[in-house]
Amino acid sequence: MTTRTVRSFKPSWRETTIGTAAFFGVWYFVALIGIAPAKFFPMPHEVLAKLFALTHTQFAGATLQMHLLSSLHRYAMGFLLAIVIGLPLGLLMGRFRWLDVVVTPLFDALRFIAPVAWVPFAALWFGTGIGGPTLIIFAGAFPPILINAYRGARGVDPRYLEAASMLGIGSFKTITDVLFPAAIPSIIAGLRVGAGLGWMSLVGAELIAANRGVGYLIVKGQSAVDTPIVMAGMIAIGAVGVVIDVVLRKLEKHLLRHRKS
Amino acid sequence: MKLKSTIGVASTLAVLVGAMIVWYTVTAATGWVSPARFPHPAETWQSFVAIATNGYGNGKLHQHVLNSLKLVAMGFGVAVLVGVPLGLLMGYSRKAEALLNPAFLLLRPIPPLAWIPLAIVWLGLEDASKVLVIFVAAFVPSVINSYAGVRQIEAPILEAADMLGIRGLTFVREVLVPGSLPSIFTGLRLSLQASWTTLVAAELIGALYGLGSILNQAAQDIYPAMILVAMIFVGLCGASTTWLLGELERRAMPWRRQWGAQ
Repeated sequence: MTTRTVRSFKPSWRETTIGTAAFFGVWYFVALIGIAPAKFFPMPHEVLAKLFALTHTQFAGATLQMHLLSSLHRYAMGFLLAIVIGLPLGLLMGRFRWLDVVVTPLFDALRFIAPVAWVPFAALWFGTGIGGPTLIIFAGAFPPILINAYRGARGVDPRYLEAASMLGIGSFKTITDVLFPAAIPSIIAGLRVGAGLGWMSLVGAELIAANRGVGYLIVKGQSAVDTPIVMAGMIAIGAVGVVIDVVLRKLEKHLLRHRKS
Repeated sequence: MKLKSTIGVASTLAVLVGAMIVWYTVTAATGWVSPARFPHPAETWQSFVAIATNGYGNGKLHQHVLNSLKLVAMGFGVAVLVGVPLGLLMGYSRKAEALLNPAFLLLRPIPPLAWIPLAIVWLGLEDASKVLVIFVAAFVPSVINSYAGVRQIEAPILEAADMLGIRGLTFVREVLVPGSLPSIFTGLRLSLQASWTTLVAAELIGALYGLGSILNQAAQDIYPAMILVAMIFVGLCGASTTWLLGELERRAMPWRRQWGAQ
């Protein structure tokens, strides 16, 4: 994989500060001139105060931490399921042509269906507690994980496979000891995309069918017409998304530490 | 995953026919899967005919599809018209980047679906709130990829343009846009995908018309066959608009075809 040079401006602290100040400045300005009633357009510090208040007062049946915990629980289940199925399947499809021929048409037929469109079936089959949302997260995270494992396996230098077969290494061992390590960069890229889509699908699932979680929190904030709660919930959702990406980036660095760029 | 040649087409068809047979076997023929969980092929067909001719959930199928398409076209269209120029500007001008990038860094991690409740608080359950969330969903990838596109134009090209005295509109038309076009189209594809996801979610939460509203109604009526019909049409709409964008991409970048196998 060749990467083209991306020229980037050196970020100067002064300009970043001005930009950040401009963002909050515009926010305050819009709130203060009163285009919309204050109830619908709270000021940044009010949202932050609400975010803090949510950590020790209950809303929609739980504190913010409890909602987050319940979301993360579902998320972990769905994401792990997507890895457990998507990763081996992708590698196997890259290795065995017949599996590729069988799975690809089915996969192509399903992947244009937006993950949230699975919500009604998910609720019907597994309920709205843990099982239903887990299926939605799976539907969001699975395609990129599968595709990237597949591409990684297809991209392996054929000489390695020839060497493995010459050395008499069996199919299973070829996959675990040759294909998998060689495909790791692509797999990690897939995990990162899948993690992001999975998190977004989780929010979607919780907006529509759930009784706890951050998505449920903001939808309850919406029915109470409490804009600060909605915005505070959005911040929490965004922050968790960032944390997930940072963790995966660290993992990527760790796993790829021996490779030359 | 690209299966070329007639053998590829034949095997694809064989697999899809096989899947239909499996579907028929586990539902209608043997009853392993109860119709309360997953519909029979025949039921699904009947539901399709019913919604197409008599309507279901406030309208006939084509009304729902057209309404969804209209909302996606509006939100996606505005997002592209605003987002691509903004991204190009941010990629080219250091001042614009410094001023606008922090806002993006702050807003970008929030998944578009999380904007739905806010849009409902602001604009209600009407079409306007859906157009707003689709706009938000489609806007971010449009901007980011246009911005990345400008950054990927190789420096000698920019230097050559500068040396030849190409400036202003000519520069935008002849250098900036063509150079970043591959990346812009990547952004548009992501935007389109995000638009459909967001639309379906927004319509599931509350709408009179649209594919998501069929899903919602069918879920409440516990009508699996109709759920499946709606899902199929969500997939068809997503696939056909993506195909349309791909055609547009091929036409917009005829030079790419000459490079041969990609």
